[in-house]
Amino acid sequence: MANVNDNNQHSGRLAIDGELTIYTALELKDQLLAALAATEELELDLSAVGEFDAAGLQLLVMIKQEAITLGKAVRFTGHSPVVVDLLDLSGLAGFFGDPLLIVRKPTREGKPT
Amino acid sequence: MIPDEYLQTFVVECRELLEQMEEALLIVEQAAEDPEIINAIFRAAHTIKGSAGMFGLEPIVAFTHAAESVLDQVRSGDIEMCSALASLFIEAHDHLNILVDHVAENSQPDGDIDHHGKSLIERLEAYLKGAETAEKVTDNSDEMPVVHEATLEREQSDVVGTDHWHLSLRFGPEVFRNGMDPFSFVRCLATLGSIVELVTLIDAIPPAQDMDPETCYLGFEISFSSDADKVAIDSIFNFVRSDCLIRILPPHSKVSEYQRLIQDLPEEEMRLGEILVKCGTLTPKELDNVLRFQAEQSDSPQRPIGEMLVEQHIVSPPVIKAALEKQQQVKDHKKTEANLIRVDAEKLDELINLVGELIIAGAGTNLIARRAGLANLMESTATLSRLVEEVRDSALALRMVQIGGTFNRFQRVVRDVSKELGKEVDLVISGAETELDKTVVEKIGDPLTHLVRNSMDHGIENAELRLARGKPAKGTLKLNAYHDAGSIVIEVSDDGGGLNKAKILSKAIERGLVSEGANLSDKEIYSLIFEAGFSTADTVSNLSGRGVGMDVVRRNIQALRGTVDVDSIEGQGSIIRIRLPLTLAIIDGFMVGIGNAAYVIPLDMVVECIELRAWASDEGDGQYLNLRGEVLPYRRLRDHFDVEGDLVQRENVVVVRYGEHKAGLVVDKLMGEFQTVIKPLGKLFKSEKSIGGFTILGSGEVALIVDVPGLMGQIEIEKGTVERAGIVAAK
Repeated sequence: MANVNDNNQHSGRLAIDGELTIYTALELKDQLLAALAATEELELDLSAVGEFDAAGLQLLVMIKQEAITLGKAVRFTGHSPVVVDLLDLSGLAGFFGDPLLIVRKPTREGKPT
Repeated sequence: MIPDEYLQTFVVECRELLEQMEEALLIVEQAAEDPEIINAIFRAAHTIKGSAGMFGLEPIVAFTHAAESVLDQVRSGDIEMCSALASLFIEAHDHLNILVDHVAENSQPDGDIDHHGKSLIERLEAYLKGAETAEKVTDNSDEMPVVHEATLEREQSDVVGTDHWHLSLRFGPEVFRNGMDPFSFVRCLATLGSIVELVTLIDAIPPAQDMDPETCYLGFEISFSSDADKVAIDSIFNFVRSDCLIRILPPHSKVSEYQRLIQDLPEEEMRLGEILVKCGTLTPKELDNVLRFQAEQSDSPQRPIGEMLVEQHIVSPPVIKAALEKQQQVKDHKKTEANLIRVDAEKLDELINLVGELIIAGAGTNLIARRAGLANLMESTATLSRLVEEVRDSALALRMVQIGGTFNRFQRVVRDVSKELGKEVDLVISGAETELDKTVVEKIGDPLTHLVRNSMDHGIENAELRLARGKPAKGTLKLNAYHDAGSIVIEVSDDGGGLNKAKILSKAIERGLVSEGANLSDKEIYSLIFEAGFSTADTVSNLSGRGVGMDVVRRNIQALRGTVDVDSIEGQGSIIRIRLPLTLAIIDGFMVGIGNAAYVIPLDMVVECIELRAWASDEGDGQYLNLRGEVLPYRRLRDHFDVEGDLVQRENVVVVRYGEHKAGLVVDKLMGEFQTVIKPLGKLFKSEKSIGGFTILGSGEVALIVDVPGLMGQIEIEKGTVERAGIVAAK
């Protein structure tokens, strides 16, 4: 199960823990949207994502696009190896525009941005 | 070699798909195009092609491929579905059916079939070429002008430079829910070669509020370098083929193929073009070529590409949405299908046989318990027999199928026959959900076909005559089914001219079937049409009128322990009623005793039991009873079956009903309800109409099952001869 830690309301930071997959997509969608609604700039910490699949990828795309529509910002940080792997495969890193390529190596060593 | 059972499954599936396809084609032929139905046809063709490919059945693959390509263009709107095209597809469907038959029989199609197939492929391909030239001109897509020759040459000359495969994948919305991850296919693909470039398409992901996180919106464009052949690459996607859009272009494909690809995919052209360039599949120059090539083919070569793209852009979102909705619906349909299990009919028969034995054994135990007088044992056997009864019911229900499938097949028959005869006829189906035994369903098809053809040929008049009689020009043929008193009734009715009594009678006299001056009721006259060698048609047509047929129909139906009769109103139409038993295996019986023998009467047909003396007064001639003022013909079973033994004091009458007839059967003893497994009688007793079979009682004794319709028929015939003899004597 994914465990979402809504640590800090002000900075709009959300950490996704565990699965970011089809099994958790339904509830995560609502949580992501709620988190985005509460802040102007949302930071999604993906460092604890243990499983990541195409449904998870869709969610990230969705929240990114939603943020653009609302004129807000979403940043993904601390991509865990599974996330990096799939983003790499999908060729979508450019779409998200996060400093993934720079971040990628440190993440693999377990260091967040 | 392919294992037989897989091949059988393939054949069964193909037949089902072909059936669906036929159904859809008939609708398309009639009405304007409905994208959903065209999609269904396409999917059927596609699935057949896919599974035939798995078995390496090249002729089917090649043939279906041609059909599929045209359908694909129809689907994308490049070719307009017209009734001519639908007819062509119906021919193609028939051809596929023949090919599948050959697979089933493990035989090779002969030269004629091959030739036919080739000519069909040619005709299909003609449409394809027609579409290419007519593309985007749309308005008058007159089939294949002379221009194509040029197109063909151009196709050959322009080849794209890349030596990579190009794969376009659009995953269906249900992919996640079906437990699959699109990326797993990509990973699988990577085992066959190397992925040069992959672009994930996220364009279809809707805005947050509309997005269903469990629906897949993804697509991939992949440039792929591999030495594998197309079949190997293609087979990776076997699991998702049905709900995904998959296009695989081999290296050095023709420009036109890319162009077709761009058109096939849901995204707008410019975006796709960019993606293709990004994938390295096309160079920017090549893309330009592709798009220009397309522009050249359209009517106005000067039209800027941009304008076309804008147009495309406007067109595409609703198309995507429609496609998704369609897929959803099909998927829902599939889900219900997935709840079905295919079971070998023989296994079912075996089960029912066993249940039959169980019933006999149960009855035996019951008898012993009663004799022993042990209350506990009796109670438990009672529970047991109730359970056995339930098992029997559900076992029989397994064999029950809806008659709708059989009825729907007649859409095609009616279409073909109405074309052949030049009459316009509508088929109206009702009661399609009525269930009956599978064996009965299988055997009723032929007689029904005959009746339907007959009604259309003889019953329904031609348009002029209909108009003159104040009827709509289009005739109506109705198929109806319903349950009635333990049997199923199937009605074939038409609003045609009805039966001409005088004509039938004169013909019958001419043929020597009836003696002149015989006094026949309407019913009797109508049923003459079922006599062998009888036809009142003035002209013998291709279909009917040769006097063979109706008697065969009656024989077939009687072989199923059914009856058939006709009702007609002259000038308004006629109705043919077939009455069949629901099942052939087990019945609820009512056991009666005559002398020392036991007989079983099907319980469904028993109306009531009365004591002969107490209720009804014998009218003297031994033929009719007065049952509360109703005239009831009756028959002593003791006399009928020639049973010896002591007469009993109080005889009972079992009143039975079959259809509209009622009759009384006089028996010695009433022995109560009894579950009966019908065992067929040997051939020796074939001519005995009044006995339908036998059963083994719990005690091991044999009881004969009275075939009520047969018995009634026999009584009627005997009565008829007696009456006729009387008339002759009176003269």
